[in-house]
Amino acid sequence: MMNVQLRIRRYNPEADDAPHWEEYAVQAEPTDRVLDLLHQVKWYQDGTLTFRRSCAHGVCGSDAMLINGRNRLACEYLVKDAGTKITVEAIRGMDVVKDLLVDMEPFWESFKQTMPFLVNDEIPADGKERRQSPADRERYEDTSRCILCAACTSACPVFWSDQSYVGPAAIVNAHRFIVDSRDTAKQERLEIMADPDGVWRCRTVFNCVEACPRDIKITRAILEVTGEIGKAGIR
Amino acid sequence: MTLAARGGVSPTRVHEMDAIVVGAGGAGLYAALELKQELGPTARIGVISKLYPSRSHTGAAQGGVCAALGNTEEDHWEWHWFDTVKGGDYLVDQDAAEVMCHDAVETIINLEHLGLPFDRTEDGLINQRRFGGHTRNYGEGPVRRSCFAADRTGHAILQTLFQQCIRREVTFFDEYQVLDLALPEGPNGRVSGVIAMQTATSELHAFRAKAVLFATGGYGKIFKVTSNAHTLTGDGMAIPYRRGLPLEDMEFFQFHPTGMYKLGFLLSEAMRGEGGFLVNETGERFMERYAPTMKDLASRDVVSRSIYLEIAEGRGIGGSDFVHLDVRHLGAEVLNKKLPDMSGFIRTYFGLEPLTDLVPIQPTAHYAMGGVPTDVDGRVLRDAAGAIVPGFYAAGEVACVSVHGANRLGTNSLLDILVFGRRAGKRMAADLADLPEPAADAEAEASVKARVRDLLEGTQGERPAVIRAEVQETMFTKCGVYRTEQLLTECRDEVAELRERARHLLVDDKGSRYNTDLGEAFELNFLLDCAEATVGSALARRESRGGHAREDFPERDDADWLKHTFITRDPAGGDLSLTYKPVTITKFEPKARTY
Repeated sequence: MMNVQLRIRRYNPEADDAPHWEEYAVQAEPTDRVLDLLHQVKWYQDGTLTFRRSCAHGVCGSDAMLINGRNRLACEYLVKDAGTKITVEAIRGMDVVKDLLVDMEPFWESFKQTMPFLVNDEIPADGKERRQSPADRERYEDTSRCILCAACTSACPVFWSDQSYVGPAAIVNAHRFIVDSRDTAKQERLEIMADPDGVWRCRTVFNCVEACPRDIKITRAILEVTGEIGKAGIR
Repeated sequence: MTLAARGGVSPTRVHEMDAIVVGAGGAGLYAALELKQELGPTARIGVISKLYPSRSHTGAAQGGVCAALGNTEEDHWEWHWFDTVKGGDYLVDQDAAEVMCHDAVETIINLEHLGLPFDRTEDGLINQRRFGGHTRNYGEGPVRRSCFAADRTGHAILQTLFQQCIRREVTFFDEYQVLDLALPEGPNGRVSGVIAMQTATSELHAFRAKAVLFATGGYGKIFKVTSNAHTLTGDGMAIPYRRGLPLEDMEFFQFHPTGMYKLGFLLSEAMRGEGGFLVNETGERFMERYAPTMKDLASRDVVSRSIYLEIAEGRGIGGSDFVHLDVRHLGAEVLNKKLPDMSGFIRTYFGLEPLTDLVPIQPTAHYAMGGVPTDVDGRVLRDAAGAIVPGFYAAGEVACVSVHGANRLGTNSLLDILVFGRRAGKRMAADLADLPEPAADAEAEASVKARVRDLLEGTQGERPAVIRAEVQETMFTKCGVYRTEQLLTECRDEVAELRERARHLLVDDKGSRYNTDLGEAFELNFLLDCAEATVGSALARRESRGGHAREDFPERDDADWLKHTFITRDPAGGDLSLTYKPVTITKFEPKARTY
């Protein structure tokens, strides 16, 4: 067991005039997740501390936070890597609703704008599955792994300065369908991405790639989307 | 401003819908999609969920979903049916399992049509691999039946169904916690809506609809070591149970053999499906002794008990309470391409390298075979005789159809949510014309309001986390993999005591904005109700079968116990009563179960 000092940026607009830092002393094993420490505070010290979480092992995407200066999932970052002084704050570029919990609605709106669903209403004559070669399947393997945690979008300086930009997460999810050989709405998808608030806003800063807990090659996906826009002759 | 300072809880807001789905995992989303497809775009279909849909625990399912497509070798849905019945230790209702295994093929094809990113064979078909308990020709040896998307099949299913629900413009009420059912005619009448608290505001909302589906998942958080998400607190089981409706087969809880040591979350059975195996302190592949044919791919209850016995006999690693999973020989290609998430978990949480290191694992509480009793169309049963509760449906882990009997086979949980979520949606759509107009349950609304007010105004009591930790400990040690009369009796009494203590809970947060402290207090009470039903059912069943292993009654007893448990609590007096329902046997006569 070791002593860990947890600094958390607290803000409850119902009660506080401004955000402020609070410090908590907790006992931790090196293998504890930062999420475990947040639970220690919430469950045994101060029940008003508020954050989202569910699966606690990096697959549901609920608990993206800015931890020690970088976007991470609190359930994937261990004390042995985070050290004995850990700072936790809400992800940036989105309104803080309470403590570590942000307003996700604009994020979902951007996601929905990209037509995030397969369009193909033709069913093969034999009633069986559509065929897709392993190579064609591989083209969207990486981007289909997105867990919609918003770590990438909230690490993007372009998004910080202008929230009308759809952001990397939305482009990743657009890519997943643009390169799916089964999809029939590619043209429409590319036109959405070619919008002034779409893919061209990316300045290849690579913050998103560093932030992604799934190690998705986001910048490569963005470049593939711009390439497809070029091939389709959309201006 | 605190809610109390504003003069109490705000007035209830009312929503009128055609049908309501509670829970946004695979079962709920598939049902909502079917409802939209059957009823058209103007139908008011509301999905209410504690979480954003993409956070649902369906997304954590890893290895695959079985259907006898026969894409890589000969297979037949009847073989799958047999495996399901045998895997469930013959407590499976065979007519229901027949529906599931038969519908599996068409359902998986439909998911592909909806866009699911299945792994493919060289010919471009859906690829398939081996999984525990799935055999060719009625038990001869392993068969490739599991369809998969790498080792994140659940994630792919959840995403695909969420995506198509967006396309069909399903209405989502995200981050609403359902706290009660509307039973406007009293406990013996129909269901006509739900009462929910919006997490963002703590406001109460009454949702009125002719048809309500519960698809809220399981209750693994009653155990200390579990694969389940923090949010799996049995809300959808506890709510009808409180209103006097029965829960079926709650004593059957599956412990998955390969939980990550101490953490509890899973290393997929697919690691053994691809060739991994378990070893004890001496380096022995001990499953060869317990299950000579299927070895490490015997059904989960068998493997979990074998691990326990190895540990009990001192052959845990270093004499401790875990054994090793060996996947080193699978090679980089399999570990990184077919099992990338699993390999990542091992690296992230243990700092170990699966290519060179042995991985510490222990059985972890994973899946509730029991739940809200339903028929094969998701209609909720009022009693063991089979009467229906009009307007009320359940599907997925919250429900008990029963297709899993005493032990669920790997991959059949995803199949269950898909087949029965979809069937429930179709049935609801068909039933709407005949169901009466919804009505309010003023009593339930007032009672929820009073409970919220009590928690917000209360200044004395215990922290929910303290009581939760105690119930998790007692359930894990006394109502876990192995059980005895004495342990279960102690457990029952401790749960009763904890329920009494939980009448007075201290909630720190008195505000109205995202009061998750308040939400957790409600969840604790749901957990305690599920614990009561589980231990109550377990104490009565004096035999060992599937996920219910009694050291004092080690044999399966078909003469007395080939039947389903129905447990109810009298909403007025609190007395528990147990009734039993015969198992439906249509084809496979019960016989000794060996792997």
